[in-house]
Amino acid sequence: MEVINGKSVFGGIAIGKIKVYEKRDATVKRSRVEDTQAEYARFETAKEEAKRQLQALYDKALKEVGEVNAQIFEVHQMMLDDLDFTESVENIITDQGVNAEYAVATTGDNMATIFEAMDDEYFRGRAADIKDISERVIRILLGCEADLAESDEPVILVADDLAPSETVQLDKSKILAFVTRHGSTSSHTAILARTMNIPALIGVDYDAAVDGVMGAVDGYTGQFYIEPEGDTLTALKEKREEDRRKAELLRELKGEDNVTVDGKRIDIFANIGTVEDVSIVLDNDAGGIGLFRSEFLYLNADDFPTEEEQFQAYKKVLEVMAGKKVVIRTLDIGADKQVDYFNLDKEDNPALGYRAIRICLTDHEIFKTQLRAIYRASRYGQAAIMFPMITSVKEVRKIKEIVAEVQAELRASDVPFKEDVELGIMIETPAAAVISDLLAKEVDFFSVGTNDLSQYTLAIDRQNDKLEPFFDRHHPAVLRLIETACENAHKEGIWIGICGELGADVALTEQFLRMGIDELSVSPSMVLKVREKVRSLDLSK
Amino acid sequence: MKEFAYVIKDELGIHARPAGMFVKEAARFQSNVTLTKGEKTVDAKRIIAVMSLGTKCGDEITLRVDGDDEDTAFDTLKSFLEENL
Repeated sequence: MEVINGKSVFGGIAIGKIKVYEKRDATVKRSRVEDTQAEYARFETAKEEAKRQLQALYDKALKEVGEVNAQIFEVHQMMLDDLDFTESVENIITDQGVNAEYAVATTGDNMATIFEAMDDEYFRGRAADIKDISERVIRILLGCEADLAESDEPVILVADDLAPSETVQLDKSKILAFVTRHGSTSSHTAILARTMNIPALIGVDYDAAVDGVMGAVDGYTGQFYIEPEGDTLTALKEKREEDRRKAELLRELKGEDNVTVDGKRIDIFANIGTVEDVSIVLDNDAGGIGLFRSEFLYLNADDFPTEEEQFQAYKKVLEVMAGKKVVIRTLDIGADKQVDYFNLDKEDNPALGYRAIRICLTDHEIFKTQLRAIYRASRYGQAAIMFPMITSVKEVRKIKEIVAEVQAELRASDVPFKEDVELGIMIETPAAAVISDLLAKEVDFFSVGTNDLSQYTLAIDRQNDKLEPFFDRHHPAVLRLIETACENAHKEGIWIGICGELGADVALTEQFLRMGIDELSVSPSMVLKVREKVRSLDLSK
Repeated sequence: MKEFAYVIKDELGIHARPAGMFVKEAARFQSNVTLTKGEKTVDAKRIIAVMSLGTKCGDEITLRVDGDDEDTAFDTLKSFLEENL
């Protein structure tokens, strides 16, 4: 048994097999083989595995994004079975007496070249499909880690660090805990762990050789156990059992009001990052969705998501939430969330750079596509739209102009939508908090993004784990800014919520209630915990 | 052998999805099924080949079906083209 100390970003106990995720290149070398028949059999086995993976992706996509979008994985399976593909692989293996990896790579390259030479852009793009299927087979042949999405049993996922584009493809039912070498308490892995309600550790200096062995994560102490045994294992299991009992007690609060002993009410909503999170939201009895991060549509794609794809995703969430409020935050790409096809320039200081609303107010087409999709979906429930990274009244007025254009265009083409969709802004820059009196006159609601508000107010980069000792998450400067925004919101008769991590910090719940905050939007797994806290408070005392 | 010429109406042409669906239909039959565009003829049961025709909206393709079950195969595939492409 070995124990490695790290820093916990979310509590809980996990016990299970360790899976080390490493980004490895699938580099192919040409080598000679004697038994070409056996080599072809290796290819066939790998091909079947690839088809199985694609079927799993198809099933996942079918549930999340619908049949039309899922069908590409079916087409990929057919391509793997295509005789032109398999016969070429077979010929290369047999005629040249070479390894399957090389045969697949050569076949893939040859076929991709046919498509690359075509004059139509769409068909040129299909070269990527050919490369995708051959690389999948090669990864399997080489025994390289395939997609993060595919694992048979639930595992403790151990990685150097995980990018948002990697975490979005995770099959969340197969992850027991996250352990990373880098990352910070407000990194995306941490946010994901909170949503999924599983333990997560950062700053763990692990050895890649632990892949496949049994491990345990103690999210309370920050300890990562490799091959835990004896009393330690028994103690961990007991702790895990106690967590289960506590969770069951919390479930008794389902259906109860978010009301203090002296009768003060507050809305408790949930934050989500993908369409599939909605089921966790309902399961935890949240009153609505206070933050629907729309980035997943962009991060999970090779190109800009179409209006139709976005429309389907928003519609699905609105329908499932059945009339409960869903606050959709428009695109928040840039800074730590990078997407290749946006072709953003490298910046020295990305957090203060070209991101979020700044991209939308520069490239109106990206923005209008998203707004059109949201407005079209607005008929299926109670949508609200929230704009991130606001610093000035001028920006808000420009946004409202663009929204009016989108509405006029929809009207002109007889597309039905709801006229009274609430428009709100994030209060996540000190500037927005300071001029919240002026901003409150322009919008229907505020939502405080405490993660960015803290980083900007305290000049502490949330990606830099060295700064953790300097970070006071209850810094009075941040709390004063929230209070200012709250007073100004109420002066103009608009509501204000908190959707950052502080919203779920039960040490602050009383203070927020006293300020008069109307809504707290928290990770789905925290809804009942915050409700429990609210119900235990008596503000008259 | 039965033959049918058709001009593609779908905006995207025979793109990946309909190509997949068409190949799946074609594979259900014993008969040899080919698609011809210009001078190039491909086996319609092979998806990569069908896609490599690069058929766009407005292109004319010819469907040829030859074999024991050519009557049903022809009718099925002809109506598939008319309904989906």
